[in-house]
Amino acid sequence: MTSYRHHPERIAALVQDDRVHRDLYLSDEIFALEQEHLFANTWVYLGHASQVSEPGDFVTQDVAGRPLLMVRQPDGAVHVMYNRCAHKGTQLVTDECGNTGRFFRCPYHAWTYKLDGAPLGLPLKNGYEGTQLKACESGQGLSVVKHVKVYRDFVFVRLSDSGPSFEDYFGEVLGAIDNMVDRSPEGKLTVGGGVLRNIVHCNWKMYLENINDTVHPMSTHESATKAAEALWEGRAPTDPKPMAMEQMLPFGSGYEFFDKMGGRVFANGHSVLGVNFSIHSNYAQLPEYEAAMRAAHGEERAAEILQRSPQNSVFYPSLSVKGSPQAIRVIRPLAANRTLIEAWSFRATGAPALLFERVMSYNRLVFSPMSVVAHDDVHLFESIQQGLRAGGNEWVSLHRNYDPAELAQETITTNGTNELLMRNQFRAWAKSMAAGMEAAA
Amino acid sequence: MNGDPRDFAAHEAALLDERRLDDWLALFAEDGHYWVPLLGAAQADPFSHNSLAYEDRLLLQLRVDRLKNPRAHSQHPASHSQHVLQPSRIEHESAGEVRLRTPFIYIEARGESQVLLAGTARHHLVRASRGWSIREKRIDLLDAARALPAIQLFI
Ligand code: FES
Ligand SMILES: [Fe+2]
Repeated sequence: MTSYRHHPERIAALVQDDRVHRDLYLSDEIFALEQEHLFANTWVYLGHASQVSEPGDFVTQDVAGRPLLMVRQPDGAVHVMYNRCAHKGTQLVTDECGNTGRFFRCPYHAWTYKLDGAPLGLPLKNGYEGTQLKACESGQGLSVVKHVKVYRDFVFVRLSDSGPSFEDYFGEVLGAIDNMVDRSPEGKLTVGGGVLRNIVHCNWKMYLENINDTVHPMSTHESATKAAEALWEGRAPTDPKPMAMEQMLPFGSGYEFFDKMGGRVFANGHSVLGVNFSIHSNYAQLPEYEAAMRAAHGEERAAEILQRSPQNSVFYPSLSVKGSPQAIRVIRPLAANRTLIEAWSFRATGAPALLFERVMSYNRLVFSPMSVVAHDDVHLFESIQQGLRAGGNEWVSLHRNYDPAELAQETITTNGTNELLMRNQFRAWAKSMAAGMEAAA
Repeated sequence: MNGDPRDFAAHEAALLDERRLDDWLALFAEDGHYWVPLLGAAQADPFSHNSLAYEDRLLLQLRVDRLKNPRAHSQHPASHSQHVLQPSRIEHESAGEVRLRTPFIYIEARGESQVLLAGTARHHLVRASRGWSIREKRIDLLDAARALPAIQLFI
């Protein structure tokens, strides 16, 4: 396989206007370079502030292979530090989450740190008199992640010192987070019900592409949707539809449905699929909730929030949001051929319990390791990961609805089956890789 | 299955491993549920916290029907399961009802890969005209919240 490390021009050549090279998915070296560059100079979703509600609450999370620690401070702020003791590198905490009290104490030699990472104390202090400890990195306490943005309680980090600001990077797509948060009449979401975690043996980009792939449901999900349709056949339209059926049946919608739902791309790889409607548009109405929304947001804004339920909004490269049913997926790449996918559910403060039931049910049916819908997706991603190793054709086609005019535009609204949503991701990929390598050079 | 309820779990698991899924489904009571909590044994209910699976008969039927469809792509090649059970113990017994506890190891094999899970199955059985039926089969996995590959059949 080609070497890429010192050849940015070879990396750029992997992404053509209407197709991409298989090495993007297969190469371990490309994966290492993504960890170093792409995931460092973009804004990556770390977690939700409601996971650390009390001072001293922490969550550990690797981003781009670096162990991080998100901590709630005594003054209510959320800080992110590297989870690495300033002494010899022990991880300060190895639990996934917990509360550390008023300070962190390293389990190895008991150096202690304040919640913001500042050094607090160490045993046998006098042994350090006359040494350089205070002046060197190890005496400064924990290394802090400087670029942290808490946007309506969604916590993002940018690990590299260079790169776009949070607002410049995400721009208009932030409206998808606003929409989800504003579905709470009180403007507040909290993580609820735990996280469903899947290991998928495929490249992370394949998973992210599929989030924007509307041509596959008809063929990929046939077994699940046909079973659902057969079970539901012959019921009177007045029969109350169980929530699971309400959520399963739209997967069987035809090509026309997905084409007409529409899509929009933004600079830096982001997108919204289903700008007109989506498979989530026809969930049962809840009059009391809608009244509460009108009281909180006013008639017009409430209608706007509730009518907008895109299929997926992609915050490239790591987050996918479903405003309704209040679910997110987080893409955490582990290796060129291994990806961790997390599915989180939110409770909207002030909204009826049914909304939470809805998101839990959706995540269970569609994103659980025991899902009824996802088995066929996962099998096909893993199949692609193998299939691409075949000789002959080394390229992956993204030609559908390609139009050279799209190269000159940043924001484009288009039909829902246009592979532009994927081309847009790869253009951003090439840009972020190049930016990182220039910065490193 | 009219005899000793302690034989029930082994009978039920054998139906799954032999892929006699219709016979298996027939063991469930009308209001029966299959439940794999995300917090394992620590979880109190299926509503305040999510689950890997929480399915009524309608959804179980959907799964079984899907597995029979030749276009269930993920079943090419097909998955096979093996339950290795410890003897069932009766946790609770009253008129027409019994609760069983059966520690197990579950292996799901497909092509070159295998998923290995361990845990305890807890059956809530009710006496029906044809013998015992399942009101709830709860599966408390060891470390249920960890990241898992696809689990396609029934634990
Ligand atoms: S490594 Fe942390 S105190 Fe020594
Ligand atoms: Fe899919």
